[in-house]
Amino acid sequence: MTQDRWLLPEGIQEALPAQAERLEHYRRKLLDLYKTWGYELVMPPFIEYLESLFVATGKDLDLQTFKLTDQLTGRMMGVRSDMTPQVARIDAHMLKRDVPTRLCYMGTVLRARPEAAAGSRSPLQLGAEIYGHAGLDSDVEIIRLMLETLRATGVDRLHMDIGHVGIYASLAQQARLDEAQEAVLFDMLQRKAMPEIAAYLDELRLGKHEHAMLLALAELNGGDAVLAEARTALKKAGKPVLRAIDYVEQVAQATRRYAKDVEIHFDFAELRGYQYQTGIVFAAFVPGRGQEIARGGRYDEIGKVFGRARPATGFSADLKTLIDVSSIAQHSKHSGILVAEGDVEAAREEIDVLRASGERVICALSGQQATASAMGCDRELVLDNNQWIVRTVS
Amino acid sequence: MTEPLTIAVSKGRIFKECLPLLAAAGIEPRDDPDTSRKLILDTNLDDVKIVIIRASDVPTYVQYGAADIGVAGKDVLMEHGGEGIYEPLDLGIARCRMMVAGKPQQAADTTRLRVATKYVRTTRRYYANLGKQVEIIKLYGSMELGPIVGLADLIVDLVDTGNTLKANGLVPLEHIADISSRLIVNKASMKMKHARVRALIDKISTAV
Repeated sequence: MTQDRWLLPEGIQEALPAQAERLEHYRRKLLDLYKTWGYELVMPPFIEYLESLFVATGKDLDLQTFKLTDQLTGRMMGVRSDMTPQVARIDAHMLKRDVPTRLCYMGTVLRARPEAAAGSRSPLQLGAEIYGHAGLDSDVEIIRLMLETLRATGVDRLHMDIGHVGIYASLAQQARLDEAQEAVLFDMLQRKAMPEIAAYLDELRLGKHEHAMLLALAELNGGDAVLAEARTALKKAGKPVLRAIDYVEQVAQATRRYAKDVEIHFDFAELRGYQYQTGIVFAAFVPGRGQEIARGGRYDEIGKVFGRARPATGFSADLKTLIDVSSIAQHSKHSGILVAEGDVEAAREEIDVLRASGERVICALSGQQATASAMGCDRELVLDNNQWIVRTVS
Repeated sequence: MTEPLTIAVSKGRIFKECLPLLAAAGIEPRDDPDTSRKLILDTNLDDVKIVIIRASDVPTYVQYGAADIGVAGKDVLMEHGGEGIYEPLDLGIARCRMMVAGKPQQAADTTRLRVATKYVRTTRRYYANLGKQVEIIKLYGSMELGPIVGLADLIVDLVDTGNTLKANGLVPLEHIADISSRLIVNKASMKMKHARVRALIDKISTAV
């Protein structure tokens, strides 16, 4: 038993000095970036009553959440597994503003099950949301900020996937699928399991057009050409669907104007977050990574359970993942100034000045044998002609 | 040079039955996994590699993105769960059935039945859907032995000709699913290598 006391639970990581420094560097950089874009930082609690954490009816979030009983009230509490609903609650119930509100956040979340294979159960989630505006401007701003976030952390060779959950929702409604049928088909669409989809649609005995459109949906993915394909294949679906396709195209055009080097891919059967998303959905991918590294979309109804539904759009990502895929190399060498044990008292003022200028100054402790380089220092503070000077150590 | 496209296939029957399908997509492996010890096979195309792995590992490789594309039996996919994997094409190869089998005079299930299988997840789901609570015993092979030595009342396994069952005095009792191999694709590969993956799916589907 005692031998594996150091062992951490599966999917739970700690950050050692080098990684922690890097994480903190980018955490500050990104929060500063969001501030310059007008996003206000909020810090939702790490733990809340379960009901406030679940805004969607789905069971995904329920399975994702670590739970415990509040000894004071006997009620169930959950450790947040996603900060988005918390931030929505802050907008809907605490701020109650009438103007568009931009909020950002960064913090650890806990997941009872990792989201992806071998994924972390303790991601450092970051994200930004706009409440109170429905339309292209806010969706495009959020996408731009997501791309800016990825750029700032050194993630390049980006691919973006854009879809719209409203299309499947409309088609399912038009075909009069009940909730259970919609869920079965949703699961098949998520896996693009064409043979199963075809067999299931046959079984449902839908109208000719509804059948054809739902069947086509699974294969509506690809480059620009797929927009035209979608318009043809979903012609009979009516205005809302065609408008959704137009909207996706507009978002893609606006994104391209801003980020020419980003490859854009469309997927109309991608229903990530279908349980609470209501409009456009998007995700960022990079080569060599089998899962998305950032994602987001529109979720207009989320505030309703907190008493006030406001249009909402946002994105989120895990800072640890972004740093893993970053192309910016880690600073390998530390710089620092070592002060010998005997000089610490005499050089007190000099040390303060150096530290104030941002230098890293390490005071040797009594009896310490380590050299400057062993202490991670490349220079030392020495007395030369009654003057304290900083000298490079060989 | 473009990024290589990696295809995960298991050795044996699936590999052999895959060859004509891959050929239809213009892909021919340069080595034979039965004679070569290589785990990564080169093909006639510089940017296409084939990795040879255990059948039950194929979904894992594709899910992680270690392979872009894979060929996996529906049995393996059902057991794996298939999360984060696309399965756009039924290749119609390595066909068989997943069945419940047992002794011909299987007693009425008044008590909790014990079922031996390597498909633990699938078996649990199957019986849960029937509203039956069963005890599942995980085995890695030779399931047919279970009922004979009294380890289990029933087994859940793949049945092809039914000869192994017959030789051991068992009969197929219930049909769970028709099994065949599927072409599976990593989610991110489908998006980032879309044109090549799509072309491959289209070419193979003409040969199915």
